[in-house]
Amino acid sequence: MTQAARGMGAFDVAVIGAGVVGCAVARDLALRGARVVVLEKAPDILAGASKGNSAILHTGFDAPTGSLEHACVQAGYREYLAIRSSLNLPVLETGAVVVAWTEDEVARLDAIESTARANGVGDVVRVDRAALLAREPNLSPRALAGLLVPGEHVIDPWSAPLAYLLQAMSRDAAVLRGTELLGGRFEAGRWRLDTSAGPIEATAVVNCAGLHGDTVDERLTGRRHFDIRPRKGQFVVFDKAAARLLGTIVLPVPTERTKGIVLTPTVFGNLLVGPTADEQEDRERADVDTPTIEALLEKAADILPALAGMPVTATYAGLRPATERKEYRYRHEPELNLVTVGGIRSTGLTAALGLARHVGTAISGETHRTPPSDAPSLAVPVLAEHMARDWTRPGYGEIVCHCEMVTRREIEAALSGPLPAGDIGGLKRRTRAGMGRCQGFHCQARVAALTAGRLAVPMAAGRCDD
Amino acid sequence: MTDGPRHLSCDVAVIGAGPAGLSAATALARAGVGTVLVLDREGEAGGVPRHCGHPPFGLREFGRVLTGPSYAARLRDEARSAGADLRTSHSIVALLPDGRLDVMSPAGRIDLRARRIVLATGMRESSRAARAVGGTRPLGVINTGALQAYLHLEGLVPFRRPLIVGTEWVGLSAVSTCLRHGIRPVAVVEAGRRASAPWPFSLFPRLAGIPVHFGTVVQSIAGRERVEGATLRHADGTVRTLACDGVLFTGAFVPEATLARTGHLRLDPATGAPARDAAGRSSDPCVYVAGNVSGAARSAGWSFRDGRAVAAAVAADLRALPRQAQAAGDRPREREAQP
Repeated sequence: MTQAARGMGAFDVAVIGAGVVGCAVARDLALRGARVVVLEKAPDILAGASKGNSAILHTGFDAPTGSLEHACVQAGYREYLAIRSSLNLPVLETGAVVVAWTEDEVARLDAIESTARANGVGDVVRVDRAALLAREPNLSPRALAGLLVPGEHVIDPWSAPLAYLLQAMSRDAAVLRGTELLGGRFEAGRWRLDTSAGPIEATAVVNCAGLHGDTVDERLTGRRHFDIRPRKGQFVVFDKAAARLLGTIVLPVPTERTKGIVLTPTVFGNLLVGPTADEQEDRERADVDTPTIEALLEKAADILPALAGMPVTATYAGLRPATERKEYRYRHEPELNLVTVGGIRSTGLTAALGLARHVGTAISGETHRTPPSDAPSLAVPVLAEHMARDWTRPGYGEIVCHCEMVTRREIEAALSGPLPAGDIGGLKRRTRAGMGRCQGFHCQARVAALTAGRLAVPMAAGRCDD
Repeated sequence: MTDGPRHLSCDVAVIGAGPAGLSAATALARAGVGTVLVLDREGEAGGVPRHCGHPPFGLREFGRVLTGPSYAARLRDEARSAGADLRTSHSIVALLPDGRLDVMSPAGRIDLRARRIVLATGMRESSRAARAVGGTRPLGVINTGALQAYLHLEGLVPFRRPLIVGTEWVGLSAVSTCLRHGIRPVAVVEAGRRASAPWPFSLFPRLAGIPVHFGTVVQSIAGRERVEGATLRHADGTVRTLACDGVLFTGAFVPEATLARTGHLRLDPATGAPARDAAGRSSDPCVYVAGNVSGAARSAGWSFRDGRAVAAAVAADLRALPRQAQAAGDRPREREAQP
């Protein structure tokens, strides 16, 4: 890796971190013609905050009006819809409804509605109980009223950033995984970065290090301009049989601290409930606990009574890179050719493309960029249930994961190409193998055999004849 | 894209080529009900016994003690020689009313119509997620089904020093499987006060020198890449952490009832299995249910006998129907597409 890094010469921009924000920033800069290198310390992309979120494409209806978050969420939303066909990315046009369960919450819908209108989301509709239940007949009859936000959609949270980065790579971006930024000096208009894979030079640096954003800030500038305070969100994924119970994202009336617990369809054909919001110190340990999972199950059945007794497919936790303040911690230091994109908490999946354009404009000093229509198109594999998956085309070899209908052809494709899966998590995010209701009861051994020698950490501990 | 699906019809379509499905297919073919098609999503017929490398299988069915793989081979041979048509690598996309099945095979899509369907998709062990166990999600957390597939189908070892959860038969069998492959379980835990499997078999782990903790549950699993340990909670509320490199969740079987759950069959709310009567009839008169998908968690031998009994009911049912014009022979018939 060291030699590879040296052999690549100097870069225009080094992007630190290959989460959804880093992938989008790399794409934007590469489309502007910059020579980009992406440094990611994990064996694969999307290994931190970006691996666990609720997969919603937000309209920004509830963002703080006039904030950078508001602008980037809406710019990101527009760009996602503009480019998604050329990248083969799905969108499930579910709409969302903010449901009021108490009279107090009904009263607060007014303020949410006026924020939405102030934010330019003018198509929101107040719905009464009857209209709510007509739209979602399985919703608990305890629901009192709601605010419908038709533009809220559901997307594939892993294929999208993968597509952004692959598009950057098609414009010669280099991606160095397993490469940690250790330090850096800005001298004579250039950054000399010290990495675990050796020195790298770049004119500008963009810190998109997510849960480690403050550490990277300190390693580059000598001080932490903000403190990451990881906020864990636990989720439960219900069996696909649950998907027919709900067509719309169900949002709660939010509190000051959190957007609250959401019940949402996924593009993969499941139903998802979460996230909780627990502060913790650890930036790596995304663990779940039984009482919280049980509370989520209860909450879900409260919203949608038919979920009682529905089998659980998976549980997971995501870590949001929250800071001591609510807003995005964006900082541009032109004298250092440094941009910091920190504290992107809940809306990063949607805002990423908007943030990327903001960063690209700041670094290049111009708003001009290759229009998406001229960008190289590429087709990431379709994992969305409502589109034609690989198994619908003969010649797939075998179906390896029956729950998610993942073919051997898909697994082999995910292990090759310009950005092959680096670990089992990366393989799951690229193919969904083992993510279904049996959680690998049937396929895990087969996947272990197919991936032998291909992943940073092998799935098996050894061979029988060792 | 693809051409449209092939349209096939048969008299009975059996879904699942495990002990129940194969014994039903054998009995149906011998009863002369016409074409019997057995569909299985795996590359080889035989079901779970294929990767159970231990005896005893087949004592009551075939009068001799067999290992799982030879029992599976015997079931396949019997079904084939009776005239059943076994199709492997065939996945059922959907089970539809009126005896229709949406099927995918590597050669393409099939729209299959059967006069009767026997659903014999078996069961699986509950996953760690379904048991709501806390902690991180490292490599090395699996079920016995996956353990057997690692060892017997792929020649791989998933862990060296696992914690084993559960003392049903399958848990004890897992301990024995581990020991034969040089895997040394660090302990066996059981939520109940005593073992689920009967004495004296339940003594086996202790005799092998493996500690057994009753009234104990796995509270959480720790580890970043691979399992590093598990936190146990005992009945008296004490908590302790045990170092291990894997957690094997055994038993707690659930029916593999997806086709029923995502389709139109009525479910038994207690078990989550498709509801059936003693003869195997489901809520759809075209669909019968056989073997462990019924919500039982029984042996291969029981599944074999249930498959045969359900086959007798299906055969009687078909005999009572007005005889339809049929093409000669025992091959599935191509048919014209129907709306």
